[in-house]
Amino acid sequence: MNMIVCVKQVVDPETPAASFKIDPEAKRALVSKDKPMVISPFDENAVEAALKVKDAAGEGKVMILSMGGESAKDVIKHSLAMGGDEGYQMTDPAFDDVDSYATAANLAEAIKKIGEYDIIFCGRQDADWDAGQVGTGIAEILGIPSVTAVKKAEVQDGKAVVERVLADGYETIEVTLPALFTVSNEIGEPRYATLKGIMAAAKKQVTNWSSSDVTAAQARSQMLKIYIPVHEGECEIIEGETAEEAGTNLALKLREAKLI
Amino acid sequence: MADVMIVGEIIEGKLSASTTEILGAARKLAGDLGQNVCAVLLGSGIGDAANEAISFGADKVYTIENEMFADYTNDAYVGALEKLNAEAAPEIILMGQTSNGMDLAPRLAFRLGSAATLDCIDLTIDPDTKLMQKTKPVYGGNAVAVYVSEAKPQIATVRSKTMDPLAQDTSRSGEVVAFDPGLDSSAMRQKVVDKVKEEVEGIKLEDADVVVCGGRGVGSAEAFEELRELAKQLNGALGASRPPCDSGWVPNNIQIGLTGKMVAPTVYIGIALSGSSQHQAGMSGSKNIIAINKDAEANIFGISHYGVVGDYKKVIPAFAEKCKELLSG
Repeated sequence: MNMIVCVKQVVDPETPAASFKIDPEAKRALVSKDKPMVISPFDENAVEAALKVKDAAGEGKVMILSMGGESAKDVIKHSLAMGGDEGYQMTDPAFDDVDSYATAANLAEAIKKIGEYDIIFCGRQDADWDAGQVGTGIAEILGIPSVTAVKKAEVQDGKAVVERVLADGYETIEVTLPALFTVSNEIGEPRYATLKGIMAAAKKQVTNWSSSDVTAAQARSQMLKIYIPVHEGECEIIEGETAEEAGTNLALKLREAKLI
Repeated sequence: MADVMIVGEIIEGKLSASTTEILGAARKLAGDLGQNVCAVLLGSGIGDAANEAISFGADKVYTIENEMFADYTNDAYVGALEKLNAEAAPEIILMGQTSNGMDLAPRLAFRLGSAATLDCIDLTIDPDTKLMQKTKPVYGGNAVAVYVSEAKPQIATVRSKTMDPLAQDTSRSGEVVAFDPGLDSSAMRQKVVDKVKEEVEGIKLEDADVVVCGGRGVGSAEAFEELRELAKQLNGALGASRPPCDSGWVPNNIQIGLTGKMVAPTVYIGIALSGSSQHQAGMSGSKNIIAINKDAEANIFGISHYGVVGDYKKVIPAFAEKCKELLSG
């Protein structure tokens, strides 16, 4: 069972709104020097999903693929420390600041170069652009079936059986392999890297590719502008001698405002 | 003439609320472009939903009716819409930012050689280029970006409750056309074998006028029971931010946020939650936001109308007691 997981390095999504800033020239978030970038959280879930399938099968290879700057190596190493087997990194100015289509196309090219695979796992959406298109897009470009928002994936008799999250429940889908699945937090907490895993990851090989190895695709859409929305209005703090009294006063206030 | 096309969704025989909102948005865009609105409905047993789409603003409705479309799979839906696109050649295709819409839009766009923008909160036509400008939240809602694409059809999904439906007018006239995409069902690589409904007790979160939402600070599954009681008492529904769902205190299907449910109730009460931008993405459209948190610096106060800084374990029982008194009085 060969699996490929696409992971992305992002500005820490836990950055408090108050310290979030935009670089107007680059049209993206400013990277804070004292706050390291992290693996996009749903991509970490995707690594976990692949490791679960490998655990269940008792065999398999989990290959980690990331397109990004030099420091993307950190999220590849993080994924290898969780239990991934091999790393592939795509770094080139031609891969920077591309749209969802070109991102998917570039990753699909790299996946073809990796070669044989049964399942590709991606995070449901990246924590920076929240685009939510790259996983499904890769599947479309490779011409393989895809299922989004998968909360459980199993392989039975050469087919995948997956559970897809719906607004009011879930559905079970049988899919032919190879296939691509996107996952989010419903798949379960990502495992921690053990000390042994971290030491092993240091020795695992990461293959580096540039645009001379993987042809860069052209974007089909452009971002015109990006801004931080302003919230208007002030919050009226309801006081009280005690917390209980504040609770009572809040109820009275809401009644006065005809909200209850 | 090119059209603004929408892909509708049918829930228990009726158009979904988000479909009526998208029809409203499509009508505006079509007005600016001097075009018509057409709707596509796929499924088995579409029945009266086609007329309903006309009453909410469609000039033409394509029905694609076959057992193959009874359950959504992107193989079948992308295949059918690819065929319809070749015939109808729409300028724009809109759909909801729903489980199916967000799955369908990127695959369809890439199949048709174009691009999509997901989870849009505003759509306008540039008067000079006549292209659609698509506004969507990015960085978990910390920022907003505007995108444009020259590739046709221009495709977008629309966040629920961000666009207004037209008032239903059953006297509107329109055309209903059955379309057969001629797909081979044996070529479909996905098969839905089971569907499980996880019903939430009481009022549906998305439909509730009052939402009581708890966060990490609530602390346990037992403590959430108290919030559930409060929600019931206020005739509302219980929600949660992501940490309580991940901790298993409450089911995942009451998660409010970017990757959970989107709510816009009259009254939203956020209890012991910080108000991360990911959470705000799911509730910032609420008309009145009330926050209770012991941390006066919590982000949630920044978007709240009323707040109490204090321990919810003390504030909520007194608040609930007073509400009970006021509501029975």
